[in-house]
Amino acid sequence: MTDLLQTLLNGLAVGSLYALIALGYTMVYGILQFINFAHGDVFMIGAWSAYAVAAALGFTLAGGDPPGWAAVAVLLSSMGICAVLGFFIERFAYRPLRSAPRLNVLITAIGVSLLLQNTGQLRPVFGTQPQSMPALLPDTTLFQVAGVRVGLVDVTVVLLAVAMMVGLQWLVFRTRFGSAMRAVSHDHRIAALMGIRVDTVISFTFVVGSALAAAAGFLFAMKYSGLKQPADATWVLLGLKAFVAAVVGGIGNLQGAMLGGLLIGMVEMLGAAYLSPHLRDLYVFVLLIGVLLFRPTGIMGSTSVEKV
Amino acid sequence: MSLVAPGHPLLELQDLHVHYGAIHAIKGISLSVRQGEILTLIGSNGAGKSTTLRAISALVRASGGRILYRGHAIQGYRADQVVGMGIAHCPEGRGVFPAFTVRENLEVGAFLRKDREGIEADIETAFTRFPVLRQRARQPAGTLSGGEQQMLAISRALMCRPALLLLDEPSLGLAPQVVQTIFAIIREINRAGTTILLVEQNAHMALQVAHQACVLDVGTVVASGPAADLARSDEVKKAYLGGH
Repeated sequence: MTDLLQTLLNGLAVGSLYALIALGYTMVYGILQFINFAHGDVFMIGAWSAYAVAAALGFTLAGGDPPGWAAVAVLLSSMGICAVLGFFIERFAYRPLRSAPRLNVLITAIGVSLLLQNTGQLRPVFGTQPQSMPALLPDTTLFQVAGVRVGLVDVTVVLLAVAMMVGLQWLVFRTRFGSAMRAVSHDHRIAALMGIRVDTVISFTFVVGSALAAAAGFLFAMKYSGLKQPADATWVLLGLKAFVAAVVGGIGNLQGAMLGGLLIGMVEMLGAAYLSPHLRDLYVFVLLIGVLLFRPTGIMGSTSVEKV
Repeated sequence: MSLVAPGHPLLELQDLHVHYGAIHAIKGISLSVRQGEILTLIGSNGAGKSTTLRAISALVRASGGRILYRGHAIQGYRADQVVGMGIAHCPEGRGVFPAFTVRENLEVGAFLRKDREGIEADIETAFTRFPVLRQRARQPAGTLSGGEQQMLAISRALMCRPALLLLDEPSLGLAPQVVQTIFAIIREINRAGTTILLVEQNAHMALQVAHQACVLDVGTVVASGPAADLARSDEVKKAYLGGH
């Protein structure tokens, strides 16, 4: 019982992170119908920016208890850095290819991905050494359920992720700008005929998606603390699993991305706990294949092509 | 922005050219739509009617010539800016947002407006004009019939309170009864003060409702004049009215 609860808690935490990253994949796909393969690297930059900002503010592993505002400042800085990064990636890498064949854009995305990884390795940026994120939040136990310790960090990860998803839902489905985003995702030209400035909507989508990935990066650093070097394969794998989450949920569908993220996180943790911890990546991809066999458009994806 | 008196040109095309890659789709069209009138562009498939509308609303770029709106050249502006100038384009195939409700479609048509009460009043006008839209207000637009979608598309285009309405094939694929309704409404919208540039394959109906007409053929104007005169012209009858 204790084991199961602990595993579910872990699954919930890691699933929330996947969900936050998956939202960025799915938003960009919804609007531009292409997979931004550099999105996982924005997540990596988010995690590393959190470390860099914390270090710049003078918080280190040995530095004692940082003040309460430290986590907030680091989170917001990291989100700001990645928002700007996302804006520039779209503006200079993808926008010139707006009317080019999809394959060209896809290859460009892989190029941007490699650029981000390897720029991150440069000494003036993050360097080639793994680092440990200082604990910005105290490691207090909030409560215990059936022998499972629920800590402040776990609760922060889940609550912050949920808050951001709720915020995004509100933005997309309840605001005027959200209507513009949904209109653009249906058809760029018709959206423009409504007076919507399509380029602005696309830029904004990248900004929001990248900021969410940065938040996931910050939370990842809070929870796991050990940051592998920027070009390490673990980052690629994390990004890939978040992409799988978006596809499993139904790419282009926001609720699908959240559901897919949680599902992937749970399957990964349950498999690792009860089958074999060495095969944890395998479960995720088996789930992907299984879902696609029965629902090729994902769990919440539309089953038919919309006719107009 | 200068006001245009009735009878003066609201929109002028001067030697307009459009290329799609190597294809020369519009080969020097000149025409003038006067304030307060309905001008119809008729012609067979591929004559360049829809392309002309797309060039005006900046969905495609004109490769030559000038587009004058209220006397100012407007080519080079983005499509959303053209909407802001008061030109609404109701596209071919209707283009309603299928996942949006009927009401949301109307609201997004008023995207550039901030006057909450004015928008509500105009939605009410649309519902009065097409009562079926009021019944379906909370339904996704994708569930509407073709005729209802056309009613919604026209109503949505009017939500930006345009001075000039570009209507592309409003009768396409609709039952004759519905076509009658749509054309009656087009006339009513025009009487309420909106200038209309109407593209139609149903030349018979279009010539009845329009004041002026232009016949296009492979990217050029082959005949133009008062709609009533063209409706009587033997050449137009033979080519586009099927001997009616």
